[in-house]
Amino acid sequence: MLAFVLTLVLLLSIVIVLAYAERKVAAFMQDRMGPTEAGPYGSLQSVLDVLKLLQKEDIVPAAADKKLFKLAPILIFAAVFAGFAVIPFTPDLVPAGIGIGVFYLLAIISLDVVGLLMAGWGSNNKYAMLGAMRSVAQIVSYEIPAGLAILAAVMVCQSLDFQEISYQQGAIMNQFPGLEYEMNWLFGIEALGINTTTIGGITTWNIFRAPILLVAFVIYFIASLAESNRAPFDIPEAESELVAGFHVEYSGFRFAILFLAEYSMMVLVSLVAVILFLGSWNTPLPNIGPLSLAYWTTGTVGELSGILWGGFWLLSKTFVLLFLQLQIRWTYPRLRVDQLMHLCWKVLTPIALAVVLVAGIWRLLMI
Amino acid sequence: MEQKAIRHKLSIWNAVKSLVSGLQLTWRHFKNAKNRRTPEYVTDKNYFNQPDGLVTLTYPYEAIPVPDNGRYRLHNEIDDCIVCDLCAKICPVNCITIESVKATEDIGTTSDGTKKRLYAPVFDIDMAKCCYCGLCTTVCPTDCLTMTPVYDFAEVDIKNMIYHFTDLSPEQAEEKKQLLAKQQEEMAAAKAAALAARKQQG
Ligand code: SF4
Ligand code: SF4
Repeated sequence: MLAFVLTLVLLLSIVIVLAYAERKVAAFMQDRMGPTEAGPYGSLQSVLDVLKLLQKEDIVPAAADKKLFKLAPILIFAAVFAGFAVIPFTPDLVPAGIGIGVFYLLAIISLDVVGLLMAGWGSNNKYAMLGAMRSVAQIVSYEIPAGLAILAAVMVCQSLDFQEISYQQGAIMNQFPGLEYEMNWLFGIEALGINTTTIGGITTWNIFRAPILLVAFVIYFIASLAESNRAPFDIPEAESELVAGFHVEYSGFRFAILFLAEYSMMVLVSLVAVILFLGSWNTPLPNIGPLSLAYWTTGTVGELSGILWGGFWLLSKTFVLLFLQLQIRWTYPRLRVDQLMHLCWKVLTPIALAVVLVAGIWRLLMI
Repeated sequence: MEQKAIRHKLSIWNAVKSLVSGLQLTWRHFKNAKNRRTPEYVTDKNYFNQPDGLVTLTYPYEAIPVPDNGRYRLHNEIDDCIVCDLCAKICPVNCITIESVKATEDIGTTSDGTKKRLYAPVFDIDMAKCCYCGLCTTVCPTDCLTMTPVYDFAEVDIKNMIYHFTDLSPEQAEEKKQLLAKQQEEMAAAKAAALAARKQQG
């Protein structure tokens, strides 16, 4: 229960920061100023936006399918929020540490699609329906390259447990039960003879342990943009053609929930990218000879220093990725439907398949 | 006209290059966001020399200055007004309403030395009707009717768009009117007396 509340609070605060950042970043990239009035530099803007939404009337269209319409936002948010359960925030803090976390996450996020379809169908509105159909087609398609990219990382790590994958990518790997005698080699190749187990830092991140995962990371990142309906893959909510996509009929609290789910999805996919490819909560600084930077910036597992350092690294890496998502949104124009499917099925999926193959071979070199 | 299909070079390298240059562009703007354009008049050397940074001016707090000869809200310096009614006559939309009352005594001169002979119990300009043509300011003989640089004077109630420039309170105006009526009565009486005297002589 405590984990539930803490995760919810953490998520809400990240989403509020993100919503504010989105407006400011967008403004700066377009030479505008963004919110300036509410609070210093407009920093209270997103809080006030949420308060405003909560006061609004909750409108349910007369011709809507009431049950589906009302249930959809809850289902969408629950699906995304449930994904956070297996995310390790620090070396010893994970809301629900289950051994098949990666599999669970992929499964539970797919439930999102059902919610989107319910919202679109239940609204009884052609724009909502079109938006939902596009959204579902897109998310289902892009789950394949994303899943394959994740599979490549899982093959290299030989684990479905997010926490174990996290430990593997740092200097304190041997503290994880079951990994006591594991070794990390530079680029994962034992034949090179450079042992990086105690060097840690960026050299043990998955994208360095097995550089093929760099390609997997790029594929996953692109696919995750599509899964969270972000530009340039935002045809489900294309404002200029579909008004707002599947949530066009929602207002007030229900809209706030959908909004929250959307931003939570962004945070979740970035967190997963960080954990699987960018060293999770591990520090990027390696131990260099007597300068044990990695140990200094990791803290002691189980103590406050470990929690603070772990949370700091995880969140700062996540925010870098989130910033990249925002920047991409304000840089690239929206893809057409056919271009979107072309990119998914003819470009990303074949590359992802090849990456899985190479990752398997790489794993053979690593042992 | 014959249409020619534009061939794209569809190499992955070109795609990556253009994607990166797009990101560079937004990043450059993001980085320059610490600069801000300054509220300067167009004649300022700096006006066209601010290629980067945020272009927004936070309007009620900052504003680009208006030109000196710009035509904005009118102002009448009633102390200098000789109530000649020229402005009301020239106004193409008849938005100036003037009532005048002749002064019975000497009421001084304007700042340029013109003698004042009339009071203006009513001097209203309806800014909602005014078309800001500026004709009234050019005909004003004492230059007391001028354009100010104020352009932001929206009102909730349209009645507030009528500006009252008179310096007389209604009671004072009434008093002046009575004074004038009394003087005129006296003058009429004097005239009648003079007339009667002449008739007797003739
Ligand atoms: S500016 Fe033109 S329209 Fe306005 S009061 Fe003067 S003469 Fe009339
Ligand atoms: S023209 Fe000038 S002096 Fe004459 S009534 Fe108008 S404001 Fe007064």
